[in-house]
Amino acid sequence: MEDLLAARAQMAMSLAFHIIFASIGIAMPLLMVIAEGMWLKTKDETYLTLAKRWSKGTAIMFAVGAVSGTVLSFELGLLWPGFMAYAGPIIGMPFSLEGLAFFVEAIFLGIYLYGWERVPKTVHWFAGVMVLVGGMLSGIFVVTANAWMNTPTGFSIVEGKVTNIDPIAAMLNPSSFSQALHMTLAAFLAVGFAVAGIHAYFLRRDPDNPFHRKAFAIALCVGGVVALLQPISGDISAKRLAKHQPVKLAAMEGQWETERGAPLRIGGIPDEEDEVTRYAIEIPKALSFLAHFDFNAEIMGLKDVPPENRPPVAIVHFAFQIMVACGIVMIVAGILGGWLAWRQKGLPVNSWYLRFVTYCTPLGFIAIEAGWTVTEVGRQPWVIYDIMRTADAVTPMPNLVIPFIGFTVLYIFLSVIVVILLRRQIFLN
Amino acid sequence: MLNLEIWIAGVMLISLIIYMLTGGADFGGGVWDLFATGSRAKTQRNLITNALAPIWEANHVWLIVIVVLLFVAFPVAFATIGTALHIPLTLMLIGIVLRGTAFVFRTYDDQSDKTHLRWSRVFAIASIITPIMLGVTLGAVASGTIHVDVETGTVDTDFFSSWFAPFPFAIGFFTLTLCALLAAVYLTLETDNSELQKDFRVRALIAAVSVGAMAGISFLLSAKGAPSIRQGLGNSVWSIPFHILTGAVAVCAIWSIWRRYFQLARVLVPIQVVLIIFGWGLAQFPYIVAPNLTFSNTAAPDSVLRPVLIVVIIGGVMLVPAFWYLYAVFKGTSRTS
Repeated sequence: MEDLLAARAQMAMSLAFHIIFASIGIAMPLLMVIAEGMWLKTKDETYLTLAKRWSKGTAIMFAVGAVSGTVLSFELGLLWPGFMAYAGPIIGMPFSLEGLAFFVEAIFLGIYLYGWERVPKTVHWFAGVMVLVGGMLSGIFVVTANAWMNTPTGFSIVEGKVTNIDPIAAMLNPSSFSQALHMTLAAFLAVGFAVAGIHAYFLRRDPDNPFHRKAFAIALCVGGVVALLQPISGDISAKRLAKHQPVKLAAMEGQWETERGAPLRIGGIPDEEDEVTRYAIEIPKALSFLAHFDFNAEIMGLKDVPPENRPPVAIVHFAFQIMVACGIVMIVAGILGGWLAWRQKGLPVNSWYLRFVTYCTPLGFIAIEAGWTVTEVGRQPWVIYDIMRTADAVTPMPNLVIPFIGFTVLYIFLSVIVVILLRRQIFLN
Repeated sequence: MLNLEIWIAGVMLISLIIYMLTGGADFGGGVWDLFATGSRAKTQRNLITNALAPIWEANHVWLIVIVVLLFVAFPVAFATIGTALHIPLTLMLIGIVLRGTAFVFRTYDDQSDKTHLRWSRVFAIASIITPIMLGVTLGAVASGTIHVDVETGTVDTDFFSSWFAPFPFAIGFFTLTLCALLAAVYLTLETDNSELQKDFRVRALIAAVSVGAMAGISFLLSAKGAPSIRQGLGNSVWSIPFHILTGAVAVCAIWSIWRRYFQLARVLVPIQVVLIIFGWGLAQFPYIVAPNLTFSNTAAPDSVLRPVLIVVIIGGVMLVPAFWYLYAVFKGTSRTS
């Protein structure tokens, strides 16, 4: 295996692993805080049991997220020293802020997980809120740094040297808002449906179980509401891409020709040899409309870019289709749930609906992985868009396939254990 | 007024000291988990687990702070260390991952003795590898063997020789003994059980003597292994009084453990650790990676350093009450045993 490919594979694998646990770490505190808040308000002990049960699963996820995040912060230097020597100071502000947010998260997590018997009830609930705030801010800051790689701003290059660094401008680059919004919502969406799906599974066997009914209600509300918000954030992202990263948008859509009134493609197989996308269902002019709010707006095609500056089109296109498909299923589940609840004036525990939500369990996480594939592969061959190539950032270290295999084996091992332990937590009672 | 990069370097040194005093002791807990022996082995392990559980993740964040400040403020140094010391850092990361995960897995896996012991072993061994590799990395950085072209940032390295040498490993084991000492001293005060207290008193004494031995060995090896550090530690104006002070604190620390003045030992041992790390920092100054990279020739521009320093100081001040509360809840006098 070529060293550059091994480095990319290790980074991709590390990110793909971490993002699952990071998302859970961002979103689970919301569910726990809601459950504990309901307990404080209603004095119904079921809610307390629920908050405690959820916090046990979350403790495992948090630890894995914290250590795999540490690996990533080191891997930036271990695998991409060229990138970090160049970009470290420019994107230092969000990383510094992320460090502080991580402190908030970790300190209050300790109080939350181990302080049930030691601190007053309201202080405990407040600790949960701080974990939520710390986790969300950490995620937002890190995504901001990634956004800078897509739309680098806040510096100038004079005679090949970086000067005039403005860390605040770099942090507030054009992609920051849309990416941070999309990822934060995605975390709540994925976790909401995953948790709702697990409790739906139990409700099908035991529809009157008060524990699972309350759990299902909270998780479905979070997932359902966010499912309706996420398309708005997706639209903001698409318009940002059309403006700032037209090549990535073209790859996502399999758009080869620059044209006015470009169609939206559903499915299809991009052929990078012949530079066409075959077998797609095309909705006329829809892409132009979605990207620019104008049916006849011009969309840039991949043929305008020299082949060596194009990302791998098929991967980006497929990943984008998978993300959107998962999102649509969850939107349908959210709307159906809301409609059923309104019609029946109660929790939608119809057997077929519970089955549907059970099938939704993994979809949010699949969408997250697919979405990051779009973001990261779609930026290639650049590590800093239009400025530094990924190949120029990699370490001179040889035999990178060894750490890649090492971390892969380690992460597979951890995944297996986490699944076993979660099954134990979930099925124990 | 000192240059901004010196302030950042100071913040990094303080972070490293706090990381050693808190996170280092957590690794030391792993050492004593491995050496839990006798009829009280299980209660020893439980004591260590309860001491670590609420705080280890917060303690761990100090390492992230150090890494982030390193790449923000001294990007070329970060790239150099990441390149030349790829192998020990990777081993350290594997240690960090296994330590943290084994610790929580042990709590949430089935509680049979066999499973429990298996996770304990993983936790303990990872807790030993991590500080050794951290020490090896710091030792290699101090050794003056990592050569860099400051202009291009090209690192001249074979990826092995700068760290796979006696001096870095001496620092690695030195770090480990410091972690073990801190943990044993803290643990004497985590319990009211006099038998357990006795166990950790003996362990603290063993660790204190080992720290002395490793300090001596490291100093001897530094003559060949890290000549510029040796120069700083041996010949500066401040060096003789500093050695005397550190040695005196170490002797008093051993005496206080011996006489069972554990409250006093919990003050003296951290002071000893602070002096050791501080002395190393002074001896290495102005080099961040000897012999080519200094704090000033690798520093990011002031337009970067100023806002970061402001954020770190304001954020740090805001975090103090939170940290204080965490430790008050779990380590305060109201603690139930």
